Amino acid sequence: MPSPTRQAALTTPSEALRATIRRVLASQRGPTVTVLSSLLAVQDTLGYISPQAVAEVAEFTHASVNDVWGVASFYTNFRFAPPAQHTVEVCWGPSCHVVGALSLLKAVLEGLGRTGEGETSDGAITLKYNTCLGACAQAPVMKVDQQLVGRATPALASQWLRGLRREGPG
Amino acid sequence: MTASYAVLQERAQGRQWALAEKRRVRVGTALCGMAAGAGAVLDAVRREVGSLGLEATVSEVGCLGLCYAEPLVDFQSPGGQRVFYGNVAKEQAPRLVRAHLVEGQPAMEGALATLGGEALPGVPALGQLPMMKGQLRIALGNAGHIDPGSLEEYVAVGGYGALDKALSGMAPQQVLEEVARSGLRGRGGAAFPTGVKWRFLASSPGPVKYILANCEEGDPGAFNDKAVLESDPHALLEGIVLAGYATGASKGFVFVRHGHEGPIHRMREAVQQAYAAGLLGANILGAAFSFDCEVVLVGESYVSGEETALMEAIEGKRATPRYRPPFPAAVGLWGKPSNINNIKTLTYVPPIVARGGSWFASIGTERSKGTAILCLSGAVQRPGMVEVPMGRTLREAVEGLGGGVAGGRKLKLLQTGGPLGGLLSADKLDIPLDFDAMARAGAILGSGGIIVADDTACAVDLTRLLVAFCQFESCGKCFPCRLGTTHLLEIMERICRFQARPGDLELMHTVGTQMAAGSLCGHGQLGFNPVQSALKSFGAEFTAHIERRTCPAGVCDGKYLTPERSRR
Repeated sequence: MPSPTRQAALTTPSEALRATIRRVLASQRGPTVTVLSSLLAVQDTLGYISPQAVAEVAEFTHASVNDVWGVASFYTNFRFAPPAQHTVEVCWGPSCHVVGALSLLKAVLEGLGRTGEGETSDGAITLKYNTCLGACAQAPVMKVDQQLVGRATPALASQWLRGLRREGPG
Repeated sequence: MTASYAVLQERAQGRQWALAEKRRVRVGTALCGMAAGAGAVLDAVRREVGSLGLEATVSEVGCLGLCYAEPLVDFQSPGGQRVFYGNVAKEQAPRLVRAHLVEGQPAMEGALATLGGEALPGVPALGQLPMMKGQLRIALGNAGHIDPGSLEEYVAVGGYGALDKALSGMAPQQVLEEVARSGLRGRGGAAFPTGVKWRFLASSPGPVKYILANCEEGDPGAFNDKAVLESDPHALLEGIVLAGYATGASKGFVFVRHGHEGPIHRMREAVQQAYAAGLLGANILGAAFSFDCEVVLVGESYVSGEETALMEAIEGKRATPRYRPPFPAAVGLWGKPSNINNIKTLTYVPPIVARGGSWFASIGTERSKGTAILCLSGAVQRPGMVEVPMGRTLREAVEGLGGGVAGGRKLKLLQTGGPLGGLLSADKLDIPLDFDAMARAGAILGSGGIIVADDTACAVDLTRLLVAFCQFESCGKCFPCRLGTTHLLEIMERICRFQARPGDLELMHTVGTQMAAGSLCGHGQLGFNPVQSALKSFGAEFTAHIERRTCPAGVCDGKYLTPERSRR
């Protein structure tokens, strides 16, 4: 049985996070387990790659911390700070571009009070650009959390953003 | 104990008979359907069927290709007739459920089409819809019809019959020869003869060899690979196992971009079911052949779809291309001989084995056999996915099936073959869908994406966007590509801001030529293609931006947004 001190240590946020990361790494589907698969598993669970996660992935996959950073910084879907409560993605690929992605993007930027990707000032919503959300026949496409939104217009985007605001931090 | 094919068929028939007696509702829930709101429609249908306690099976199906009509719902009566409804709103779903399943009405107002059974007044047959007419569905035959989550439904329509035929009566060499005879060429973009590729792998020493099925599909405008995974994953899997048998490979990997949850889920489910049914693993269908398969995810990176970068990604590294030679068929994934095939290519294999290579070779043109699976998107009347014999023209696809440009505007250009494929002006519509004819016209058929732009688009602005994509997605390994795409983008941005400098076009040409000469993979080699093709067809528009400092289409106002390169 762990000592009271040990138990207290286990409950610090940092230790709890470490335990979560280790559990995620160990429970990967496999059989192919790599630096990339480990990073994807962490990102799926935590929503971002913390410095601690980099160290844990390195240890778990017998890679160097450098190698892990090299992979994590390469793929554009990894982020290194916790995301906001909600994430909005807007596609800027050519299918969407030719049917109004730019006005959609402008409406979203305006609605979020931003000039580019990143978090809103209240930290409630993360904006991310995407080059293809995979539903090109419904262009222009955006994604609100897990929901794809096709045939999106500036008005529809504003409606979704208002919806997220009403919901508030959950 | 592995099941024999006969046992699988019996089980599948049993399920089909049980289903045939019941009424059935199908809802298309592939990515395009979901983006149109199919999730809420499915919920509404299930709720209504549940609350009324109706005897009906509610199934999710993949993509029928009529994406313009999503969400798409169809009701099948016990007699087998199906009545389709397009653009179904979730509020409308309960009424349709009651009409079909309670009141037994043959069709409601606004029905899109029927399939099977008697003709209904005022409702066309599915095959008579303008977007369906003239299609030839080989790889997409089951898409939108069978439940992609059911192995039995795939077997009931003859699925895994080709694998059974091969394992029980054909030597690996014979399977390979059928594929070679079919004239099948790779559908990922390079159009390399599949039979030749397979021979390279077959002649490499085993026992560990890999078949890699590439569904990275990061090209904006192409979604047909994901659609196969979501609509008919077992057809792909059967193709992979057949490829493994023909080449003596031991394992397959299906490579999918992270974040596309629908395709990933469907493929994983199919692999699990196949293992459980003895269609993967040791001694498949009781034969001496063993083969494994796994779904592997990759982070967001366009270049990871390049065949050697893809192997790096499966190994868990940065997706950057390798030097060739050695070629993957000799030294591939983890140093083992490997073949990388596109999803569509592999999906053609079961029908080729079942019906013979000569049958496939009888479809299409002299050097482009079979069908083209096209994704229509952008400013087209009917966006969606179609499958037509090679040799049809772009006009037949875009105007005939797609209905031409939406909103009564004029067609300005097509962007084909992915972002590196370049622009085709509207006068090129009579080019046949044929790998070589397209290449001669300076375009790429590629993976089948066709993005339609109307006359409100500016060719210079779109070129800037394509260059921005190339720059954003350059993996950075080869500096001619890494710096060249950045340099091209800077120049294109200047041109769009009416700040072009003398000699900018010549400078782009120099940069582009060096990129082509000094890059390891197609990304850098073709990175100048968008600019080059646009200059060829839309030179006057460039001149207007550069010399007269105006945008004839009225698009460029100096205030565009190019998402900054954010490899953070």
